[in-house]
Amino acid sequence: MKRFLGWWAKHPPYALALILALLAAPVAAVQPDEMLQDPTQEARAREISKGLRCLVCQNENIDDSNASLARDLRILVRERITAGDDNAEVVDYIVDRYGEFVLLKPTSGGANWLLWASGPILFVLGLLVAGLYIRRRSTAQAVTEQRLSPEEQTRLQELLRD
Amino acid sequence: MITELGHFALILAFLVSIVQAVVPLVGAQKRWPGWMAVAEPAATLQFILTAAAFAALTHAFVTSDFSLRLVVMNSHSAKPMLYKISGVWGNHEGSMLLWVLILSLFGAMAAWFGGNLPPTLRARVLAVQSSIAVAFFAFIIFTSNPFLRMAVPPFDGQDLNPLLQDPGLAFHPPFLYLGYVGLSICFSFAVAALIEGRVDAAWGRWVRPWTLAAWVFLTIGIALGSWWAYYELGWGGFWFWDPVENASFMPWLLAAALLHSAIVVEKREALKSWTILLAILAFGFSLIGTFIVRSGLLTSVHAFASDPERGVFILGILVVYTGGALTLFAARANVMQAKGVFGIVSRESALVANNIFLAVACFVVFVGTLWPVVAELLFARKLSVGAPFFEMAFTPFMVLLGLLLPIGAMMPWKRANVGRVLRQLAPALFLALALAGLVWAMQTGKTLLGPVGVFLGTWLVAGAITDLYSRLGKNRDLSRLLRLPRADWGKAVAHGGLGITMLGIAGLMAWQEEDIRVAYVGQPFTVGAFEFELNGVERVQGPNYFSNMADVSVRQDGETIATLYPEKRNYPVQQMPTTEAAIDYRLMRDVYVVIGDPQDDGGWVMRVYLKPLANWIWGGCILMAIGGFLSLSDRRFRVAAGARKSQMVGVPAE
Repeated sequence: MKRFLGWWAKHPPYALALILALLAAPVAAVQPDEMLQDPTQEARAREISKGLRCLVCQNENIDDSNASLARDLRILVRERITAGDDNAEVVDYIVDRYGEFVLLKPTSGGANWLLWASGPILFVLGLLVAGLYIRRRSTAQAVTEQRLSPEEQTRLQELLRD
Repeated sequence: MITELGHFALILAFLVSIVQAVVPLVGAQKRWPGWMAVAEPAATLQFILTAAAFAALTHAFVTSDFSLRLVVMNSHSAKPMLYKISGVWGNHEGSMLLWVLILSLFGAMAAWFGGNLPPTLRARVLAVQSSIAVAFFAFIIFTSNPFLRMAVPPFDGQDLNPLLQDPGLAFHPPFLYLGYVGLSICFSFAVAALIEGRVDAAWGRWVRPWTLAAWVFLTIGIALGSWWAYYELGWGGFWFWDPVENASFMPWLLAAALLHSAIVVEKREALKSWTILLAILAFGFSLIGTFIVRSGLLTSVHAFASDPERGVFILGILVVYTGGALTLFAARANVMQAKGVFGIVSRESALVANNIFLAVACFVVFVGTLWPVVAELLFARKLSVGAPFFEMAFTPFMVLLGLLLPIGAMMPWKRANVGRVLRQLAPALFLALALAGLVWAMQTGKTLLGPVGVFLGTWLVAGAITDLYSRLGKNRDLSRLLRLPRADWGKAVAHGGLGITMLGIAGLMAWQEEDIRVAYVGQPFTVGAFEFELNGVERVQGPNYFSNMADVSVRQDGETIATLYPEKRNYPVQQMPTTEAAIDYRLMRDVYVVIGDPQDDGGWVMRVYLKPLANWIWGGCILMAIGGFLSLSDRRFRVAAGARKSQMVGVPAE
């Protein structure tokens, strides 16, 4: 929820109702009692949690969230890890139940390839256009360098004295 | 009474802005000096009236006038004075009033300092600037009026959101708005130049200081917001890639690009149409940002529906102004013939590369921010785009920018020799590689992030120093450093600052440590190189809150280096808890302690974070801002003063 609060901090006029609803159960992010004994397993749980979105918060992962739903999801992730799932299986398990909305890192499947490729595509296009422009500039005839007019000369002197 | 005067002043300002948007524009077209001359006093008057309205609203907050709806909703008589004042802009209506106040301030400044502009250009700039003000005055008066009264005033207000009761609120929004809204003047210059049909080196010189000022303020505003989030939100995150942060980041990226491309216009009369386009887009993104924040479109589609009027109004402003400017741009593209000729390897090309990196980075942020809406509307997919996407898709362009920056910064205009530049930069490159290698060998987890950050940071800082050093001439006369133009110093300081920020971000993300546990009084525990001991938790009462304040000793090598007092507060009026982290700030690392809830067995949940290089992030931002100010103070920007003098000298002769 901190993430959510962060958003809220900057946008006071919104989400009052939501904040009140969440505050009914104020618990903090990862609690000591949720944590797994095995440090490797716990580290895996933390890593997976950072990629999963808290469904009732603003753009916040379940690892940082204070919402009780996020706590439930964190416990679920840890249960799956203890049950022997690998990281991908845990994520699939959650996505099966909550939809791809929980993924903070969208997949590249379907139309999402456009999202992932948009930066590189524009970059290549930009390089092409810039390359053509620069080539034209480097071969263009220099506009005849005009000498300064007498008035401009006086003004230049004036500026240099400034 | 004062409230009514403020309300009246706001309406008058609206009317003045309409006059200022129309009369000088007609005057400039018809070459009527009297009509053009209206712009200057109108801009001043508009600013004074808006300031009066703002002062009246501030008065209502300071005196806790609960007959005003806005004050009731956002204030409380027991609230400390600082937050009564900053509460003026801690809400939608008040912050929009601050928006137009700054908009009219920039208009007035353009009028006051624009004496050297050709009269038609000045009239047009002020008219365009005022036409933006017209839209926002209308927005405030018709959809978000801060001066509405309550039929039955309550005895006390509902208080301000406790998270906003922080000095951060006093400074973060005003700086951010100075930057956001400051870009409006670049937009006005671009549109005025298009109407005028003339974009030349002089235009580049006029527009650059405004861009620089806006960029500096935006840098300070974003850095303050990030630092505020860091200490206030309780776990030390400094950037979340949240739509609203992205909304401020996109104009920053474009303003940085504009800053550099305007140099090419000024010095080499090339890249003109691109620069005009950037000026339009930079402010366009400010409007998009305002739209995103105000409509709630991206944070929740339903919040948008809950207040469609405001969102649609701003969308209308966005479409009319950006769309109109772009149409004008398309119609006038032919007047912007490039003059300068330059080689494929040159300072000009390097600045083009800078613009590509910054513009593409901005585009990635833009697509990522809007993609959830696009996916839902077009593909019926409800999905999220969060920090992991931006970290992967955005970072490469910044790394490339950092790699090329020192080389490009040292290239001469027109034609450069890469070999020569690289030879000069060899020591910087060697130092950066050596440090990165050292860090790679020393760190425990083998992540690339840390070494890459160290490389870029060192490369940029050492590159900036090399740049200054290369200006010393053959006999390495150090006294020449002091005689260098301030703009050269500004460039080096800002570029070094960028390096330091990159290093801070990479270091923090790669090496931070975290510990979550139940702590007991008198039972020390160790995190990293530090030992922590909870000495007790005390119940404290603040002016408008209650608090559990813990007393935590931090020891290193058996010596107490700090005593920290993290708090968990509860604000009864808003029924809201906040965590107040306690931070031991040091040059190389922060120790960040948060206290949580009490446990049944008498322990307290405690979180400890070790955050290496955290302060470098903001230190770098401060350096970037100082660099911007240094450039602003360069006498070349005051050349205008000389121009005015020569005009004045010329007048008696006529």
